[in-house]
Amino acid sequence: MTRSVWKGPFVDGYLLKKADKSKASSRNEVIKMWSRRSTVLPMFVGLTFGVHNGHKFIPVLVSEDMVGHKFGEFAPTRTYYGHAADKKAKRGK
Amino acid sequence: MARIAGVNIPTAKRVEVALTYIFGIGRKSAQDICEKSGITSERRVHQLSDDEVSKIREVIDTDYLVEGELRREVNVNIKRLMDLGCYRGLRHRKGLPVRGQSTKQNARTRKGKRKTVANKKK
Repeated sequence: MTRSVWKGPFVDGYLLKKADKSKASSRNEVIKMWSRRSTVLPMFVGLTFGVHNGHKFIPVLVSEDMVGHKFGEFAPTRTYYGHAADKKAKRGK
Repeated sequence: MARIAGVNIPTAKRVEVALTYIFGIGRKSAQDICEKSGITSERRVHQLSDDEVSKIREVIDTDYLVEGELRREVNVNIKRLMDLGCYRGLRHRKGLPVRGQSTKQNARTRKGKRKTVANKKK
């Protein structure tokens, strides 16, 4: 189900403030953030966000294509190194 | 034989059904096409005159995205997700279900045939 248009995109308030600040300072720092649920807005394009994945902050450089997605989509929360047996088979080759 | 939208040659079926042989046209849009081109959907394709066939062709050309072009668009959309590095893109890359389905069992449509892994020793 898509979100109603009249509500507008959801963004946590503190993110807007942080984004404004870093834009004003014009130094491209990683903006640490926990709000994986926030939508990527057009005004965020070009900024770098450190999106928390529950363990550390994954740097995400926002490009134009990302607008409309949620930040959480760009910082995977699970690590998977493959099965042990697979690795052995690969090494054998 | 009628050639509509490139390669497709639907048979002696009802127009409504024959049109669904085109990639990108299902039952509903087939009915809509019939209505727009003023053909009763019960008629069969071989009963259509050349004029009516070209009418159908025209309607499809103007209003519908079909066959190669549609396939290309779908692929471009998937490619975009993969290049973005977002979660859905990663799932596409790995060939796993994209929409949060469970993969503990099954998920065979995406994963393909079972690959049996030999038992660990001991």
